[in-house]
Amino acid sequence: MIEYIWLVPLLPLIGFLLIAFNFKRFQGSVSGIIASSAIFVSFIISLIVFIEIYSSKQTATVQLFHWIKFNKIDISFSFLIDQLSTLMLMIITGVGFLIHVYSIGYMKGDSGFNRFFSYMNLFVFFMLLLVLGSNYLIMFIGWEGVGLCSYLLIGFWFKKHENNNAAKKAFIMNRIGDLGFLLGIFMLYYYFGTLNFNGIFFQAHMFTIGNPTITIITLLLFVGAIGKSAQIPLFTWLPDAMAGPTPVSALIHAATMVTAGIYMIARSNVLFVLSPITLLIIAIVGITTALLAGGIAIFQTDIKKVLAYSTVSQLGFMFLALGVGAFTGAMFHLTTHAFFKALLFLAAGSVIHALNGEQDIRKMGGLKNKIPITFFTFLIGTIAISGIPPFSGFFSKDMILIGAFEANSIFWIIAVIVSLMTTFYMFRLLYIVFWKRSNKEDLHAHESPKNMTIPLMILAVLSVLAGAFGIPLVFGGNDIIGNFLSPIFTESTNIIKINAHEISHNTELLLMFIPVIFVFVVVYLAYYVYVKQKKLPEADNQKRPFFSNIFFKKLYFDEIYNALFVKPALWLSDFLHNIIELKVIDRMVNQAGNLVVWTGKTIRYIQTGNVGFYLFAMVISIILILIFKLFI
Amino acid sequence: MLTGILIIFLFIVSLLLFALPNSKHIKTIALLGSLAAFGISIAMLFQFLNDCPCVLTFNPDILQVLGINFKLSIDGLSILLILLTTFLTPLIIFSSFENKREKPRAFYALILLMEMSLVGVFAASDVLLFYIFYELALIPIYFIIALWGGKDAKKITLKFFIYTLIGSLLMLVAILYVYSLTPGVHSFAFNSFYNVILTGKAQSWVFLAFFIAFAIKIPIFPFHTWQPDTYSTAPTQGSMLLAGIMLKMGLYGLIRFVLPLCPVAMKDWGFYAILLSIIGIIYSSLIAIKQNEMKRFIAYSSMAHVGLIAAGIFAGTFNSLEGSIIQMISHGINVFGLFFIYEIIVRRTNNGNISSLGGIASKAPIFAIFFMLILLGNIALPLTNSFVGEFLLMLGIFEYNAYLAFFAGFTIILGAVYMLWMYQRVAYGEVKPATENFHDLTKQEIIILIPIIIMIFWIGIYPSLFLKIAEPVVRNIISMTNIIPN
Repeated sequence: MIEYIWLVPLLPLIGFLLIAFNFKRFQGSVSGIIASSAIFVSFIISLIVFIEIYSSKQTATVQLFHWIKFNKIDISFSFLIDQLSTLMLMIITGVGFLIHVYSIGYMKGDSGFNRFFSYMNLFVFFMLLLVLGSNYLIMFIGWEGVGLCSYLLIGFWFKKHENNNAAKKAFIMNRIGDLGFLLGIFMLYYYFGTLNFNGIFFQAHMFTIGNPTITIITLLLFVGAIGKSAQIPLFTWLPDAMAGPTPVSALIHAATMVTAGIYMIARSNVLFVLSPITLLIIAIVGITTALLAGGIAIFQTDIKKVLAYSTVSQLGFMFLALGVGAFTGAMFHLTTHAFFKALLFLAAGSVIHALNGEQDIRKMGGLKNKIPITFFTFLIGTIAISGIPPFSGFFSKDMILIGAFEANSIFWIIAVIVSLMTTFYMFRLLYIVFWKRSNKEDLHAHESPKNMTIPLMILAVLSVLAGAFGIPLVFGGNDIIGNFLSPIFTESTNIIKINAHEISHNTELLLMFIPVIFVFVVVYLAYYVYVKQKKLPEADNQKRPFFSNIFFKKLYFDEIYNALFVKPALWLSDFLHNIIELKVIDRMVNQAGNLVVWTGKTIRYIQTGNVGFYLFAMVISIILILIFKLFI
Repeated sequence: MLTGILIIFLFIVSLLLFALPNSKHIKTIALLGSLAAFGISIAMLFQFLNDCPCVLTFNPDILQVLGINFKLSIDGLSILLILLTTFLTPLIIFSSFENKREKPRAFYALILLMEMSLVGVFAASDVLLFYIFYELALIPIYFIIALWGGKDAKKITLKFFIYTLIGSLLMLVAILYVYSLTPGVHSFAFNSFYNVILTGKAQSWVFLAFFIAFAIKIPIFPFHTWQPDTYSTAPTQGSMLLAGIMLKMGLYGLIRFVLPLCPVAMKDWGFYAILLSIIGIIYSSLIAIKQNEMKRFIAYSSMAHVGLIAAGIFAGTFNSLEGSIIQMISHGINVFGLFFIYEIIVRRTNNGNISSLGGIASKAPIFAIFFMLILLGNIALPLTNSFVGEFLLMLGIFEYNAYLAFFAGFTIILGAVYMLWMYQRVAYGEVKPATENFHDLTKQEIIILIPIIIMIFWIGIYPSLFLKIAEPVVRNIISMTNIIPN
C-alpha cells in the first residue's frame, strides 16, 4: 500500500477541487459529505500504511517527479514514509475526519458552507504534504500552504474586519518565522548540497557537537517553528486566530498545524542534538512560553481564548521536551494533546452552538444537565489535559517531566508549576461554564445533533485511552510509542543521555506522584473558588487588581508590537513616500531636467544671428585651442 | 527563419491596422494577428526544442555596413521572453475589448508595433540591432500613453521618455566604445562583443553606462520615479505592456551584456548594485503598504519584485540567474494579472482607490477567487510560479552573500503585508457604495484570466520545461563571466 501513499494527500486535494468548482451548485451538506469522505478514505489508507510500517519497521521513499532540477540542484516531489510521518498521518486524517464530520453539524446553514469545506480539505492536503515531504522544500510547501488555509479560515467570516485583521496577523507572523526557516533551508543547501532529509542527516555526522554552522542552521529552523507553533515572541497571532469557526480552531490551531514546528524539530532531531545551545534556547523559550501563556489563560473570559492560551502553553511544554531531548515525549504529548485539545475545542464549540454563539464564560453557567454529552466529554478533556492518571495527559506529561528533570531540575519545577496552572484554568473553565449559579436565570441551551456529539465521544475515548501507548516501564508498561519511534530518535537520545543523569525507579515514581497530589489540591482550590464561593471573573469595566490586569491584558504584547513595529512601519511608509520619494528623489530628477531646460534657454541667447559675433566667437575659440595645445 | 517571419508578420499586421479604416473589426484583426504571432512563437519553441543545443539563427545578408548585421538568433533566454511577449500581447489586446478607445486602429497598430520591437530586442544577435529595437519600442509606448493616457499624460510621458532616453544614450556610448575594440574587422555581432577583453577600468565605465541605462528601465532604486506616475496615467494596456514585458528588456540587457562584458567590474561593483536593488525592494515594499491608488500600488509592488530579479542577476550565481529567468516570466504573468484585476474593478466601479472599495468578495465570489489566486502568485506562495523563481533567486543571493539574502528576504514578509492588506480592503468587509453593483466575472474576463492562472500553477508545480530551456543559457553566461558555477 505504501506505493499508493500519494493518494493520501491527493484525495483531500480532489475534494477541494470538486467543491471549489461546484461551490455555487452544491446544496445542503453535499460538500461536507464529500470533504469528510475524502478524509475518511485517506484515513483508511494511512491506517493500512501505518500498520505496514508498524509491523515491518521499514521506511520508504516514494518519488513522484522532479520539481526543481537543473545544474546541481535536484529537489523532488517525494514522500518519506517512516514512523514519524505515519504517526502524524494518523493524527491528521483521524482527528481531521472527526472534525470534518462535526463541522457538517456545526456549520449547517452558514452561507459559506461549501467554501468552508473546500478550505478544510485544502488544509488537510497541505498538512499532509508537510509531514510527508522527504525534503525541506516539500515540507516548506506544506508549511506555507497550511498558513494560507489558516489565513483563509481565520478570516472565514470576512465581513468583519476584526476577523480579517486576525487572519492577516496570523499570516504575517507566520511569514516572519518562514523567513527564518527559508534562510535555514538555504544554509542547509549551501553546506549539505541537498535538501533531502536522508542526505542531510547522513552527512550530519561529519559535524562535531557544538559546530557553529549547525547552531545557526538549527536556530533559523527554530525561528520557523516559533512562528508556526506560536511561541514567544511570535505567539500573539494564535489567540486572535480564534476569530475563525470553532472546528478550525480545533483542527488547525490545536491538533495539527500549530504542532508543525514540533514535528519539524523532531524530524530534524539529528541536527538539533548537535547543537546544545540551540536545544537550551528551545527549552527556555518553550518553558517561558508555557508559563506566561498559562498565566494569561487563568485570567481570560472568552471560552475559546482560554483554550487558545492553553494550546500555546502546551506547545511550549512540547518545546521544552524537544529542548531537553525528550523527543518521544514531545511526539507523545503532541498526539495526546491532539486528542484532548481537539475534544475540548469541539466541546466548547458545542457549548457555543448551544448558546447561539455566546463565548463569554461570564454569561454561562449551569449547563451541566442541559447538555450532558457536551459536559461529560468536556470533563474528560479537562481531566486528560490536567494530567490526572490514568488519562492520556498524565502519561505524556510525565514523559516530558522526567525528561526535564534529567536535564535540569529547575525545568522540572517550572514545568510542574505550568502543569498545575493548566489544571487550575481548565477546572476554572469547567466550573464556571457547567456549574449552576443561583443568582442567574436558566439559560436556554440545546444539546448538539448526533453528528457533533459522536465525534466528541470518540475523541473522549481516545483522550482516555491514548495514554496506553506510553505506559512507562515502572508500571510494567512497554512504552509502545517509544519503541515505535526509536528508529528515528535513538541515536539522538543516546547523544543527549551522555550528559543526563540517570534516575532510579523510586525517584521516578516520586517525581510522578508529587505533581499528581498537587493537581488534586488545585482541582479542589478551583472548586472552592468557583463553585463554593461562586466567584466570577470581573466584568470588563470593573477595575482589576494590578497583577490580574496585566495577565488579563495578555502582558501587553500586542500593544508593544504595535508601538514597536506596526506604527513605525506605517509611519515609514508615509515618510518614504511623501518625503524621500516625492521631495528628494523625484525632485532631484526634475531639477536635473529643469537644469537642461534652463541651460538650453540660456544658451539660446547666444544664437543672435549676427555673423560678426559668430566669427568673433570662432576666432576666440581657435586662439583658446592653440593656447591649450601649446601649454599642455 | 521563423523569428524573421514573426517580426515581419507583426510589422505587416501593424501597418495593415494603420491603413484600415476605423471599424469594429479592428480589434478582432489585432487579436487574430497577435494570436497568429503566438502560434508562430510556439512553432519556434518546438523547432528550438528539437534542435538542442538550441540556437536558431536568421541571418539574411542584407545589411553588412560597418559590421552591422541583421542577425537574429534564439537561445533559451530569447525564446522564453519572446513567448512571454507573444503570450501576453493577445491577452492585453483582448483585455481592451470592453474599453471604448478613440482611434482604435492606431491604438492596436501601436500595440503590435510594440510587440514587434520587443520580439526584436529579445531576438537580436547584433548589438546595434538590439539597440535599434530597444529604442524603437519606446516610440509606440510613448504614443500609447500620451494619446490614450489619463491626467497629465503628456507631461508624465515626456519625463518617462527623456529619462529612458538619457539612459539609452549612455548605453549607446558604451556600445560604440566596445565596438571600437572588437578584434579584426569591427562588428556589432554579439560574438565579437563577447570576444573583447576590457581592462578593469574600462569595464567599470562600461558597467556604469549599462547599469544606469538598465537601472532606469527596470527600474532600480533610485532611478524609478518615472514609474509610478507613468503606470498610473497610462491606459491599463500600456501599463501591462510596460510592466509585463518592456521592463524585462532591462533585465535581459543585464544578462546579455553586463555579465559577459564586465566580469571584473561585477566583482567590484556587483555588491553595490545588489545593495541598491535590495534597498529598492524594501523601500518600495514599505511605500506600497500605504498606497491608496491601486495602480501606484501595483507599480511599487512590481518594483519590489523586479528589484529581487535584478539583485539575483548581479549575484551572478547559477541558481540566481536561473531564478531570474524564471521570475522574469512569472513576474510578467503576475503583473498582467494584477493590472487586469485592476481593470475589471475600474470597469465596474470607475474607481481605483483602495479606500473606497470593499466587500467585493460577497458580491462577486468568482472574481474574488481569481483575485486571490493571482495574489498568491504575487506573494510567492509555494506551488505558484513566483515561488520557484524567488526561491532560486534568494538561494543564489544567499550563495553570494548571506546577509544580503537576509535583507532580500524581507520581500517575503512585506509582500504579504501590503498584498493581504490591499486584498482585505478591496475584497473583504462590508459592501460600500462604489461596490454596490459589482457583478461577477463575464465569460470574456474568465477567458483572459484562465491562461494566467494556468501559467501561475504550471510554472509553480512543474517548472522543468522552463528550467530546462533556461539552463544552457545560464551555463553559457556563467562560463563567460568566469564566475565559478556552484
